[in-house]
Amino acid sequence: MAKRAAPEVNAGSMADIAFLLLIFFLVTTTIETDSGINRKLPPIEESEEDVVIKKKNIFTVMLNGNDQLMVEDELMEIGDLRKAAIEFLDNGGDKSCDYCKGKKDEASSDNPDKAIISLKNERETTYKIYIAVQNELVAAYNELRDRRAQEQFGLSFAEMEANYEDVNWPGNKEKLKARIDQIKIDYPQKLSEVQ
Amino acid sequence: MSKFKKKKSGDLPAVNTASLPDIVFMLLFFFMVATTMRETTLKIENNLPFADQVEKLDKKGLVMYIYAGKPSANYTKFGTEARIQLNDDFASVNDIAAFIAAERADKREELIPFLTTALKVDSDANMGLIGDIKQELRKVNALKINYTTKKGTVLGRN
Repeated sequence: MAKRAAPEVNAGSMADIAFLLLIFFLVTTTIETDSGINRKLPPIEESEEDVVIKKKNIFTVMLNGNDQLMVEDELMEIGDLRKAAIEFLDNGGDKSCDYCKGKKDEASSDNPDKAIISLKNERETTYKIYIAVQNELVAAYNELRDRRAQEQFGLSFAEMEANYEDVNWPGNKEKLKARIDQIKIDYPQKLSEVQ
Repeated sequence: MSKFKKKKSGDLPAVNTASLPDIVFMLLFFFMVATTMRETTLKIENNLPFADQVEKLDKKGLVMYIYAGKPSANYTKFGTEARIQLNDDFASVNDIAAFIAAERADKREELIPFLTTALKVDSDANMGLIGDIKQELRKVNALKINYTTKKGTVLGRN
């Protein structure tokens, strides 16, 4: 007797099974968002002594309950905030900061190390607007750091940080870390929130 | 004579669907890889705001999630004001300290300083609630926080 070929398995319902699985995964899973703006809260400590800060070194940003933005006692659109913050941070009024490219205005901040941004919001302020303002302020710092990093090392600050995180990056990590820290010292992020 | 006569039929030939399972499996694998299982069932609306200066959260296991937002359609009996959700249920501001303590107890001691609190807050919530959460977190010394946002431009979406 001739050898009979095994009958072929009917694979017609394979697609149905796969669809079933697909739909199960679509329903039970989510695409996770795991990125955001990192912040550090100030610790609660009862410090008796008040630190004296010159008024010109403080950049006041206020948000009211109607989501209006007031910067240095003037109304402002969120779109203009980044530029204003950069101008303030990069001012270098006391001429000790040789990498600042600002106007060297005596009436504005002394140097990036002394410049403080103070953010105040009301209870009714919308979270969305608050995040937008935070984002613009962080962007101002990042832009200045990027510029400084480009000047010194020919790389943007974001690239340097990405390289530091990257396990496959071939360069010297300790040197890179020192450079990152140095740029962080050049433009320290001093953002205080008023409770 | 009629031996070579072609069979004439008006039907269109059936489309070959033999590769359909392959296509569906491909989609299936994509979703299995790109997504994660839901861990908490959200009882609130959680439409995150947009920002473009975002950083990635470093360690997945070292993140505590605090959700806040307006109760979703099925839970309108809890009001329309934004509320906090911890794990699977609504919570009040006073529960945060206990929640953080419980999360810390789960982790190894040397990892506790690296714990980050991710605030997943609906974009329409107001800052009063978030201010309260932050104050509570300061009390229990959980100072590293992350405002979880979607990636996108801030302006033009307000």
